[in-house]
Amino acid sequence: MKVKSLEDLRKIKENAKDLTSARSGGETRVIVGMGTCGIAAGAREVMTAILEELEKRGLRHVAVETTGCIGMCQREPLVDIIRPGEPRITYGDVSPGDVPGIIEEHLVNGRVVEDKVVGQTD
Amino acid sequence: MAFYRAHVLVCKGTGCNASGSSSVFDALGEEIRKRGLDQEVALVETGCHGMCEMGPIVVIYPEGSLYCRVSVDDVPEIVEEHLYKGRLVHRLLYTTPDRKVKVPRYRDIPFYSKQHRIALRNCGYINPDNIEEYIARDGYAALAKALTSMKPEEVLSEVKTSGLRGRGGGGFPTGLKWEFCRKAQGDKKYVICNADEGDPGAFMDRSILEGDPHAIIEGMTLGAYAMGADEGYIYCRAEYPLAIKRLVGAITHAEEFGLIGDNVMDTDFSFHLHIKEGAGAFVCGEETALLASIEGERGMPRPRPPFPANKGLWGKPSNINNVETWANVPNIIRNGGSWYASIGTEKSKGTKVFALTGKVNNTGLVEVPMGTTIRDIVFDMGGGILKDRKFKAVQIGGPSGGCLTEEHLDLPVDYESLTAAGAIMGSGGLVVMDEDTCMVDVAKFFLEFTQRESCGKCVPCREGTKQMLLILEKITSGKGRMEDLKILEDLAIMVKEMSLCGLGQTAPNPVLTTLRYFRDEYETHIRDKKCPAKACSALISYLIDPEKCKKCGLCARNCPVKCISGDRNTPYEIDQEKCIKCGTCLEVCPFQAVFKE
Repeated sequence: MKVKSLEDLRKIKENAKDLTSARSGGETRVIVGMGTCGIAAGAREVMTAILEELEKRGLRHVAVETTGCIGMCQREPLVDIIRPGEPRITYGDVSPGDVPGIIEEHLVNGRVVEDKVVGQTD
Repeated sequence: MAFYRAHVLVCKGTGCNASGSSSVFDALGEEIRKRGLDQEVALVETGCHGMCEMGPIVVIYPEGSLYCRVSVDDVPEIVEEHLYKGRLVHRLLYTTPDRKVKVPRYRDIPFYSKQHRIALRNCGYINPDNIEEYIARDGYAALAKALTSMKPEEVLSEVKTSGLRGRGGGGFPTGLKWEFCRKAQGDKKYVICNADEGDPGAFMDRSILEGDPHAIIEGMTLGAYAMGADEGYIYCRAEYPLAIKRLVGAITHAEEFGLIGDNVMDTDFSFHLHIKEGAGAFVCGEETALLASIEGERGMPRPRPPFPANKGLWGKPSNINNVETWANVPNIIRNGGSWYASIGTEKSKGTKVFALTGKVNNTGLVEVPMGTTIRDIVFDMGGGILKDRKFKAVQIGGPSGGCLTEEHLDLPVDYESLTAAGAIMGSGGLVVMDEDTCMVDVAKFFLEFTQRESCGKCVPCREGTKQMLLILEKITSGKGRMEDLKILEDLAIMVKEMSLCGLGQTAPNPVLTTLRYFRDEYETHIRDKKCPAKACSALISYLIDPEKCKKCGLCARNCPVKCISGDRNTPYEIDQEKCIKCGTCLEVCPFQAVFKE
């Protein structure tokens, strides 16, 4: 694995980016509700599905965070998506099956999946 | 590679390691596995964050939360609450000393938010054992830039433009030093890293070596390219086992990647790097003594000229820079000399790392632009004086530096202003003292150190520091005479002017500055046989106030020499003849009845 040119070094850097990218905070944030209510409603499975989908699509710039109960327990699992410069969108009753669709539409294409939205804050 | 949504960074620097970070690291690994999070949470060991006081330090990203003084018992809560449920563990967050506010984010902690990190930029952020993490942070980009698009003279001229000066203490312009070595005639040249950090309390070099070893390797390789050297030595004291371990690992990795060794990055340039372990003699930080030590001789300085740039290691032209100086070099080449020169003051460019210790709330390493005031460092980043006591002085530059007073608080810290005030930048030790510190005692402490570390080669240093120390001992034990002050001052100037090397030339600084700014304290010791700060044990006595004494007997039971007598009906009293002035009675008395006089 000798570095023989600028190009080689750039390649190593590109591959290594993932090693530290999670430490810079990420521009886009996905936040999963992990209160007792969320966990009971299956938030863990949703989280796993999100991580798998991001991995599959190679979306390294996304920071995945967890948060506590926000009081809307009946709509858990709740997943928030914040894209830079856009309002925070909260999706409710998210199942693992919904995840690929939300990620493709919202994170990749930038279109909010309206029928799953339960709230929005600026 | 799995998608790690969170990174848990555990500091494994020497400071945090000593307070138990290794077991915290293991416990975190275990707990994360137990919770089934090991595929989504990465556990990373890092170097020093600088706030060793608060160690073991654990930082969790992407939130960037910093947890302080984490113990193994806290681990299940951190994993359950933070990593699993996304709730901060508030009790472990950093609390500001003044307003008692919890700060959730690393970068908002005043200690960090006011820093400008260049030399320390990777410390605590990357895994020092992983060269790829260094590369991910633009590591070796400067070397690649230099080797592919810059001539050696251009590298040299960037360093000159940057205005970088020696961070080991001397403050000599680095570019100029490099130029001397580049111009020196010789078929073989050496670059050397001085990692013989010996000032009591200073540990910035160790932190860089432990936390970002590749920065030193890259800096030295750039220097070798600029000066036409093909071999280098890192002279590191053996008391830094972790730094040496990390360096050995980093050198091996850099060789594997072809970033040092023969034909670096497939060019004609070759550079071989070795580590030389020193035995930890303070004088070996002096460059000619350091060279002697690498050659296997006794670590003693020799007169200069000839300077090492012309006649250095094994008689060959050599360039010696300190760890922090080398760590700045890759940043300068990557971002350009004028970028670096835009930071700092007119004559002192860039940043300097200070080791903040003593009677201050936040002790640790801070890197600030040159020209920052002592007040900003001590009160903003340092969080003020411990227990809200009064600031008295700050010893800057270690045993070779001097004491500055309250009137210097707004002094912008750079090479010139410190020298004018009688102190030196030195390696950047900053010891904060409060009203309970006796300045005569401080001068004695530092002189004891330099006197012990004097190599004995030249008479002024060997004999002069000894005589000075004897006078200080006389004064602090109440046997001083007024004429001693004059003798002390004369001796100090003589040692300063006549010693062979930097050790002796700077050793009198603590005495000279305390005589200059705190002469009244010396006089009180001599004239009144009293220590105003009540620190010199020979000049104080412990007494018990019979009015306040509740006759509990706690002092008598704890006294190691059993010199306190009394009973339920009579207040306790200390037998001054037998008292060894250990202060235990004062510490244990619940009613503040014991006092010093």
